[in-house]
Amino acid sequence: METATINNNFKSEEYFINMGPQHPATHGVLRLLLTIDGEIIKKVEPDLGYIHRSIEKMCERDSYQQIVHLTDRMDYLSSHINNEAVCLAVENALELEVPERVKVIRTIIDELTRISSHTLWWGVMGMDVGALTSYFYGFRDREMINDIFEETCGARLTMNYNIPGGLMQDIHPNFVKRVKEFIAHFKTKLPEYDKLLTGNIIFQKRTKGVGVLSKEDAIAYGASGPVARGSGYSCDVRKHHPYSALDKVSFNEALHTEGDSYARYLVRIQEMWESVSIIEQLIDNIPEGDFKVATNAVIKLPKGEYYQKVETARGELGVYIISTGGKNPHRMKFRSPGLSNLSLLNHITVGGKIGDLVATMATIDIVVPDIDR
Amino acid sequence: MSYFSDIYHGIQTLLTGMGVTGKYFLNSRKGAITQQYPDNRDTLKMFERFRGEVVMPHDENNEHSCTGCQKCEIACPNGSIEIIWDRQVDPETGKKKKMIDKHIYHFGMCTQCGLCVDACPSDAIKWAPNFENAVYDRSQLTRVLNKPGSKVRAGVE
Repeated sequence: METATINNNFKSEEYFINMGPQHPATHGVLRLLLTIDGEIIKKVEPDLGYIHRSIEKMCERDSYQQIVHLTDRMDYLSSHINNEAVCLAVENALELEVPERVKVIRTIIDELTRISSHTLWWGVMGMDVGALTSYFYGFRDREMINDIFEETCGARLTMNYNIPGGLMQDIHPNFVKRVKEFIAHFKTKLPEYDKLLTGNIIFQKRTKGVGVLSKEDAIAYGASGPVARGSGYSCDVRKHHPYSALDKVSFNEALHTEGDSYARYLVRIQEMWESVSIIEQLIDNIPEGDFKVATNAVIKLPKGEYYQKVETARGELGVYIISTGGKNPHRMKFRSPGLSNLSLLNHITVGGKIGDLVATMATIDIVVPDIDR
Repeated sequence: MSYFSDIYHGIQTLLTGMGVTGKYFLNSRKGAITQQYPDNRDTLKMFERFRGEVVMPHDENNEHSCTGCQKCEIACPNGSIEIIWDRQVDPETGKKKKMIDKHIYHFGMCTQCGLCVDACPSDAIKWAPNFENAVYDRSQLTRVLNKPGSKVRAGVE
């Protein structure tokens, strides 16, 4: 009888708790409504809208040159790739052929952006599972890329370096030298990442077998990028629909089949190696030529619908333009990778612990302004 | 038995990681990227393309090269630039010519996208690498870029 009383006193009860909107582990202003039983998660509902700026509506007001700078502010960690998506969509609509030099420079900066995004993710990932050192090491290597961007593009994060028809200005004379320095530096640092975190027993225990996503579910939820590739779904836009200079380079698509947090981690580490290899193939032979082709001061797209997708550091970004022939788009839609990837958070974290939720969210690598445009 | 091998393996991975951090602990000066920011103001040099704020360079005769064509105003995505202009008599030719009265720059609305400087046909505005922009009141962020009494440089069309 006495045992029964004790059990009754410690009767577990489902309750509801807010995580965010101001929470370091949610990487921005994301609010998660958690229904939990003790420490076991029963339900995760993301609540969006805290950083909604109606970018899609603002695009209907702006000219095509002006739209580009708004995309900096969606996924700010891969801003150059976002800019490129809009520029490629406009160039395809205008049937404009940009010079080879532009294509190569765009691809190099794309891959630098991807490395920069992944190093930040690596640092934050370590911090989310309790290893503070990785945070500093990740930011140290990212600093070199930011300096390259600052020298060539004029800004560290919101670069706005692309314009429809090319680039805003030519690369800085120091660009090639600095990129080579960075590649040489980064190739010695990546093995350190593995020593510090990948091989670490605590890290492996926190991530292996946690947040398992099957290939079928990844496809069903519309996952893309490293999240889907960690589940064995080959979906790299760079490989399947190459754009810019990506058809000239050879690289491997990072694929892992386990589908857990550790697989997603390994995919991103491998992607950094692949990005380094892409930059190495291109940096020595940037073709001579113009850095832009002249467009009309007022760009008017022919009437119709245009779609362009690119691979950002987070997955597939789609830009969909409906034009009625005017100088502004009639409707502009961005298919952001973050929203689809976030939608599967509930599916893969239910039944786990709160601590695992943080680790899983880190491997999904959400950027909230991208989810909530 | 796996209990002991787990302990051994665990300690081994921890030591591998600590080997990395220990290396940096002993060579802490090498490869440090930290800048002692407020103390290094004198030596801190920003990159020449850095987009800090828009300025209008004036020469020693208090002349600028802004013709008041308003291309920057049209190019700006968020209305940060406002140009007040009128037609004044050009003292050299005697004809009436469009000239700026005030080139107002709302820095608080500016996103540093660079489209205005890119659009300017006469290089009248450019980027200054100033990044210390904190002020006490937002009205201080609205700036008139042309200096009082300045006029357009002769020969700039």
